[in-house]
Amino acid sequence: MKVTADKVNSSLVKEVEEISGQKVSACFQCGKCTGGCPVVSSMDIFPHLVLRFAQLGLLEELLHSKTLWICASCQTCDSRCPRDVDIPKVIEALRLLLLRRKGGNRLHPANLSDRVRADAPQQGLVSAFRKYAK
Amino acid sequence: MRRTGVFICWCGSNIAATVDIDLAVAAAKKMPGVVFADQNKYTCSEIGQEMIREAIRTHRLERVVVAACSPRMHENTFRKTVAAAGLNPYFLEIANIREQCSWVHKDKETATDKAIALIRTAVAKAARNEALFASELPIERRALVIGGGIAGIQAALDIAENGFVVDLVEKEPSIGGRMAQLDKTFPTLDCSACILTPKMVEVAQSEKITIFSYAEVEKVEGYVGNFTVTVRSRARSVDMGKCTGCGDCMLKCPVKVDSEFDLGLIKRRAIYTPFPQAVPNKPAIDRENCRWFTAGKCRVCEKVCPAGAIDYSQEDELRTEKYGAIVVATGFDPKKLDNYGEYAYGKHPDVLTSLEFERLLNASGPTGGKILRPSNGRPPKNVAFIQCVGSRDKAKGNPYCAKVCCMYTAKHAILLCEKVPGARPFVFYIDVRTPGKDYEEFYNRAYEEFGATYIKGNVSKVFPDGEKLLVRSVDALSGALVELEVDMVVLANSVDARAGAKELAQKLSITTNAYNFFNEAHPKLRPVETHTAGIFLAGTCQGPKDIPETVAQASAAAVKVAALLGKDSLLSNPTVAEVNEKLCTGDMSCLAVCPYGAISEKMLEERRGRETVRRKVAEVNMALCQGCGACTVACRPGAINLKGFTNEQIMAEVEAICL
Amino acid sequence: MRYSYYPGCTLKTKANNFEKTALRTAGALGLEMVEVPEWQCCGALYPLNTDELFPLLAPVRALAQAKEAGHGTLVTLCAGCYNVFKRTNREMSRNGEVRRKVNGYLQEEYTGEVNVLHYLEVLKKEVGFASLAEKAQKKLTGRKVAPYYGCLLLKPRDEMDFDDVENPTIFEDFLRALGAEPVDYPYKTECCGSYLSMADEEVAATAVGRILLSARKSGAELLVVACPLCRYNLEEYGRELTERTGGEASLPVLYFTELLAEALAVGSETYGEEK
Repeated sequence: MKVTADKVNSSLVKEVEEISGQKVSACFQCGKCTGGCPVVSSMDIFPHLVLRFAQLGLLEELLHSKTLWICASCQTCDSRCPRDVDIPKVIEALRLLLLRRKGGNRLHPANLSDRVRADAPQQGLVSAFRKYAK
Repeated sequence: MRRTGVFICWCGSNIAATVDIDLAVAAAKKMPGVVFADQNKYTCSEIGQEMIREAIRTHRLERVVVAACSPRMHENTFRKTVAAAGLNPYFLEIANIREQCSWVHKDKETATDKAIALIRTAVAKAARNEALFASELPIERRALVIGGGIAGIQAALDIAENGFVVDLVEKEPSIGGRMAQLDKTFPTLDCSACILTPKMVEVAQSEKITIFSYAEVEKVEGYVGNFTVTVRSRARSVDMGKCTGCGDCMLKCPVKVDSEFDLGLIKRRAIYTPFPQAVPNKPAIDRENCRWFTAGKCRVCEKVCPAGAIDYSQEDELRTEKYGAIVVATGFDPKKLDNYGEYAYGKHPDVLTSLEFERLLNASGPTGGKILRPSNGRPPKNVAFIQCVGSRDKAKGNPYCAKVCCMYTAKHAILLCEKVPGARPFVFYIDVRTPGKDYEEFYNRAYEEFGATYIKGNVSKVFPDGEKLLVRSVDALSGALVELEVDMVVLANSVDARAGAKELAQKLSITTNAYNFFNEAHPKLRPVETHTAGIFLAGTCQGPKDIPETVAQASAAAVKVAALLGKDSLLSNPTVAEVNEKLCTGDMSCLAVCPYGAISEKMLEERRGRETVRRKVAEVNMALCQGCGACTVACRPGAINLKGFTNEQIMAEVEAICL
Repeated sequence: MRYSYYPGCTLKTKANNFEKTALRTAGALGLEMVEVPEWQCCGALYPLNTDELFPLLAPVRALAQAKEAGHGTLVTLCAGCYNVFKRTNREMSRNGEVRRKVNGYLQEEYTGEVNVLHYLEVLKKEVGFASLAEKAQKKLTGRKVAPYYGCLLLKPRDEMDFDDVENPTIFEDFLRALGAEPVDYPYKTECCGSYLSMADEEVAATAVGRILLSARKSGAELLVVACPLCRYNLEEYGRELTERTGGEASLPVLYFTELLAEALAVGSETYGEEK
């Protein structure tokens, strides 16, 4: 992992900012998001580092991160963020960069577990396919 | 046309980089009445000013236009310059081509066009400028200090030291303020009370200083050198002349209420002094809680008072006095934590604010100086200190840094280690900020010598779990998640402006920033003055600061007061409103809009043919008028003019800028 | 009072006891719920990206229908729908560009005129908890209930403006009005894992485990929720946890309307299972 001048201002970072409507430069890495994230222990890049990586243009690392698919968009982090950054929106933008690519879908009906097929509420299924597929 | 000279300033590259000065000079030379135009790298320098004086003499200039920075910056400088060359100072006109032009534009061509238009406007107005003369005003040689914390105390002492009389108004029953609530002070760890109480006593003993405690400013009128202030002294229900301060009443009073001074950690009585070293050390009855005032029964304090000092019939007293200068030193409020439910403050008794923790440290506090958990009275082992609670938080707190928390938390960590053997402080921070003499070294000691663990991470939530508190965060440096079980959580809550700051600012006609801190006249060069002449600032009412800064600002404000009160007289501002009685219809719209009460009605007697008729017109009190111009706008027949900004002058400017 | 009522997909199928009990209690309280005709799925999630407006069309259409019906207020039960409608409505009233673009797809212009309320808010603001307490004849005295808010009712803080995000109290006040004893526990607003249970069950199970443990520690005998997905996660993983650990880890989970129906004595036969 290496920070270079051209990565820092890459057009991909601008695209993330455009899709999310968020300024990644606003974050000062206090970590309040990470400390309160209910699913953080399953993430490989913590929320405050998602913003740091974006600030430094380390997009490739982010796009390979498990974190994007772990975030539950519960919005606990942005309700506490002192810099008013809507982190789930940034993560959503990164997800969309991948989902919008050809063959980018992460969830297929064939892969649902038996339990989910039998009992899951429609709300859950609709949400999951909105988040993991296009 | 008046013979006008135009002097265009580069202001180094501030103006010259964006405005084509040569073009502007050439354009100025063609403007009506202009007989001389030139440029200078720094017009405000001695060389630049000499150029103006020289040109006035050589070219027999009658009017001068300086195109440079804001008149706020150097209008006075150049008025003196033209006066030195024999012109009336009000023959000077400033074209602001810096703040209103070069600083806000990038394109040189359009900026140059705009600069020329601004100069043309100033030339047009200058041609119509009239000579104005300031008159002399007397000065009341007495100062008012509002707020009896360390800022107000220091200012009062220094003003008195300069030989002037001071009235010190304090809202609480005792002076002392926030500093009296503190235990030790950073970075020297000397005891707050030990250095404060001698000053409080000095104030009480000073022949020049009168303390009005349990009192608030009700009304402020007048102007620099001649303020008229009404102070309301709340009914104390105790005769200060008779009371000896023996304290028997406070022992016997049956009513217990939360002590404000101890932040509700212990109770006080309904008749009380806020703390043992109070000045004046005489109690007041809190009528909202006193059983006699609420239920019509009791009078125990009256029975036990050996001096017969209790007086339930006392009423609020209004006292009006004249002052030449006012120092505002009303301090701060610790931020309320309503928006920070994630920290479980108010949900678990062992979650405290820093000031509450400070009271636990204090020998005269609720625990006699022992650090004990409010939940079980036992000393804590692990303590989490959370920084920036409500600070640096633009979403639900203050966007600014509260400035003092990093240092007092280092102090708290050190004192915790000193007082509770084996205790372990964990400090959760965003950044540690320690600019100040010996400050960084003090912070270094907290982790090197005392073993405080500093964790770079804002705590997200505190989970009460039975007797314990689970603190969840991250160490942003190592990337490790932090889950810490602690016995106590201390929240470094932000510094807010006082709850009543906005109202006081309105009474004083001074301004506040977006967070209700009082505005200084200039952030660098006039840090203790306000925009209202004769009113000065000291301490945290102007913005978060620590004790050394507060004391320094208070002494600076005192010097400004002494300089003002030491003058023989003041020059009035001649740019005041003037009524053209011939045009005035007497409908008094002006009176309704005047914020300074400077307009009154006057009856004229006039001959009309053979008859004598009486007619109502407006009259301006020149001493009260501040020259705001509101009346000139309200006046339908255009009968009121602001001298120096007459309707004719303004219209000339409008025409010139529209060319 | 008459309200436009939006049920949403789940309430017509897996969570039909939520709807049944809600409508029965509304009837008993004199609240008339008029179902929005021919409604479509709200989309279940409010879109977090700013470059797509299609997800807003279905909720806006239902809002426009509520406006047309003249009720002024659209009531939802499912916390997911509530989140989508409240945020969509706010965007339509505040964001001129979004309003212009979305209205391009609508027959009638909609500018956020309808008030979006959750049924809990109707009970609080329109019925009043004091009056609800009088009407709740069959008091749930002695029942220790853990209110589980989850995320969707409360967050994002500014957009939902439903209750204090960190220390909400509306559920507690509701439970007290029914005579039950609300228990306080710090996990009442912690996420249950939401849609992760569809794709990454382990993550959701961990989140649920912490919530149940905290609620049980504080003495709760059951949980109440306002969201079918929360209920699914809490029930499924609670059961699994009990099986896996051998000890009792789960707690019964009810919709708040089920308790309300019981207290108003309008049929509590749906208590427990009905799917």
